[in-house]
Amino acid sequence: MRIPRPIVPAILVLSLAACGSDARPAADANEIKVGILHSLSGTMAISEVTVRDAELLAVEEINKAGGVLGKQLVPVVEDGASDWPTFAEKATKLIRQDKVATVFGGWTSASRKAMLPVFERYKALLWYPVQYEGLESSPYIFYTGATTNQQIIPGLDYLKEQGEKRLFLVGSDYVFPRTANKIIKAYAAANGMEILGEEYTPLGHTEYSTLVNKVTQAGPDAVFNTLNGDSNVAFFKQLKSAGATAESMPVLSVSIAEEEVTGIGVDNVVGQPVAWNYYQTTDTPANKAFVKAYKAKYGQDKVTSDPMEAGYNAVYLWAEAVKKAGTTEVEAVRKAAGGIALERPEGLVTIDGESQHLYKTARIGIVQPDGLIKQVWDSGEPIKPDPYLKGYPWAAGLAGQ
Amino acid sequence: MSAFANQLPIGLSIGAVLLLIALGLTFTFGQMGVINMAHGEFIMAGAYTAFLLGDLVPALPVAFLVAGAMGLILERVAIRHFYGRPLDTLLLTWGVSLVLQQLARDLFGAPNVQVPAPSWLAGGVGILPYNRLFIMGLAVAGVVAVWAYLTRTGLGRRTQAVVQNRRLAATSGIDTGRVDMLTFFIGSGLAGVAGVALTLVGPVGPALGTYYIVDAFLVVVAGGLGQLRGAVLAAIGLGLLNSYAEFWSDASLAKVIVLAAIIAFLQVRPQGMFVLRSRALT
Repeated sequence: MRIPRPIVPAILVLSLAACGSDARPAADANEIKVGILHSLSGTMAISEVTVRDAELLAVEEINKAGGVLGKQLVPVVEDGASDWPTFAEKATKLIRQDKVATVFGGWTSASRKAMLPVFERYKALLWYPVQYEGLESSPYIFYTGATTNQQIIPGLDYLKEQGEKRLFLVGSDYVFPRTANKIIKAYAAANGMEILGEEYTPLGHTEYSTLVNKVTQAGPDAVFNTLNGDSNVAFFKQLKSAGATAESMPVLSVSIAEEEVTGIGVDNVVGQPVAWNYYQTTDTPANKAFVKAYKAKYGQDKVTSDPMEAGYNAVYLWAEAVKKAGTTEVEAVRKAAGGIALERPEGLVTIDGESQHLYKTARIGIVQPDGLIKQVWDSGEPIKPDPYLKGYPWAAGLAGQ
Repeated sequence: MSAFANQLPIGLSIGAVLLLIALGLTFTFGQMGVINMAHGEFIMAGAYTAFLLGDLVPALPVAFLVAGAMGLILERVAIRHFYGRPLDTLLLTWGVSLVLQQLARDLFGAPNVQVPAPSWLAGGVGILPYNRLFIMGLAVAGVVAVWAYLTRTGLGRRTQAVVQNRRLAATSGIDTGRVDMLTFFIGSGLAGVAGVALTLVGPVGPALGTYYIVDAFLVVVAGGLGQLRGAVLAAIGLGLLNSYAEFWSDASLAKVIVLAAIIAFLQVRPQGMFVLRSRALT
C-alpha cells in the first residue's frame, strides 16, 4: 500500500504516542482497573456477551455507590474471540500491560484451562462465572458458577425422585460433558439407575436425526443433556419433529438457560427440565433489583440467566474481598475472600476459602411457554462446593483420573 | 420399522440437506472455480431473511434475491479482481465471511433467533418428519431448476460455454464478465434458499454458515467440479455414509469415516465422480 506523504509523520507521531502509553503508570491514584475478558466475537459470543454486560452493570453499580476503597473501577474489556490461545494472550495483556487488579472472564473450560497457567504464573486473579466439570482448584481462580455437586448431582437427585430410572446421555464431545457423564455413570451405578446409551457429537454439530433415532429406539425414561451451544437448537428441533415430548421423555439440560430458550424456540423446549442455581424468576429481593437494573440498562426484552448472575456476583464478591483486605493486592484479597457471605439474586452465597468455589443453592426449573423458567425443586440450603467429590463415596476414583 | 432400516430415509434426508447447501457452490466453485468461503454466510443471510419475514414460503424467493445480491456485490467489488488467483480469493472471501458474521452479530445480536416453523409442517410419515420431506422436495426442485437453467436456456448454455472454454466463448461474442456476474448471483441465491430451509432443522445465528461450509465443499469436490449429477450423487452417497457410520459408531467417528472415505476416493479419482470433458487446451 502506498501512503500519502503528509500522513507518514502523523503515523510516526501516533505510534510514538502509543509506545508512550505503555510506559505510563499502571493506574491513576483514583481508579482501579479491572479486566473483563469474554468472547465478543466467534461462536461463543452468543453466550459470553451477556455475561460481559452483567459484569459491566455490576461495575457501574459499584461505582455509583462510591467505588471500592474510595476509588472508581475502570473496566478494561478484551475479546477472547472464542479462541483459546487468544484468551491466554489477552489475559497476559490485561495483567502485564493494563496492570488490572483482577480479571472476570471465560466461559468454556477450554478457555479457562488456557488462562489458568497465565494467572498462576503472574500470580494474578481470575473470576470464572460459569458452571463447569469440577476436578480443579487453582489458587488464582475463584469459581462463582456451580461445580458438579451443585448442578449435575442435584439434577440426578431430581430425576431419581421423579422415578426416571433409565437414562440416555447426550453431550458435546469435549471435557465438560465427558467428565459430567463419568460422574453420572458412577451415580447411576450407586443408585440403581440404568444408562441405556452415551453419545457425543462434535461442537457445532447440527445433524441430529441419527442420534434422535438411537435415543427413541432405546426408549429411555429421560435424557441427560450436556450438549453445548448451537447444537442444542438442532437437537431440540429435530427431537420435537420426531414426536418426542417433555411428558413422555423429559430431557434434563445443564447448558440451557433463559438466553438460549428463545433461540431454540420455546415450542421446542417447553416443559423440559433444566438444572441451574438461578433463574430470572428466582424470588429474592436482590434478584428483583438485578432484573430491573439489567432491563433498564440493556432493554426490556432482555432476560437474565445463571451465568450472567454468576458474573454479576463475581464483581461484587471481589469488591467485598478488596474492602475487607483494604487493598487490591492479590494475596491479601485471596486471604480476605474466604468466608465472605453476600445476599445475591440467587440467595445467600458464601466463598469457601479452601476451594475458592461458592456455597450455592441448586435449583431445577421447567421451561414455561413464555420462555422463562419456573423453579419446581431446590436443594433447600446452599450446598458446600466439592469440586473433587470427596464427600461422595460412589465418586471415589473419579478425581484421580 | 427397525432402527437400522430407519437410517435409510435418514441418510437420504441428510443427503438432501447436503445437496441443498452444495447446490449454490456447484455454480460459484464448480463452474467458476472460485473458492468462496463466504458461501456459508449467504446461507446465513437466507436464514435471517426467513427470520425477518417470519414466514418460510415467501422467504424462499426473497432470500434468493437477498443472498444473490450479496454475491453479486462481492463478485463485482472484490472477487473479479482476483480471478486466476485461488489462494488470494480464499483468503479474501474468508475475511469477508468473518466480516459478515460480525455484521450479523451487530445487526441481530449474538444469541440465536427463532424462525417459527409453519404449522402444516408439524408431524411426519414414519421416521421422517414433514419438515425433512419439505427439504428433500426443495432439493429436488432446486436440482431440476438448475438443470433446466443450464441446458434449456440461452443464458445457461452461455454459462456452460464459458466454463468449458472461456477464451473461445469470449471470441464468439459472449460477454464473459456478465456471465460471471450472473453465475455468481444464482450460486449465492441458491445458498440463500438453503438457509431458509435450514431454519427448520438447525440453529439460526451468526455462526450458522460455519457449520455447513465444509460439508458443502466436500460434496462439490467429491462430485467433480461443475458437475450437477456429481453433486447429486455425492450428496446422497455422503448422506447415507454419514447416517450408517454414525449409527454404528458415533457422530465424531462418523465425521472421520466420511472424511477418510472422501480422501481415499480422491486418491483413486482426483477429479471427483465426474469429469468435465472439453477440447480446451488449458
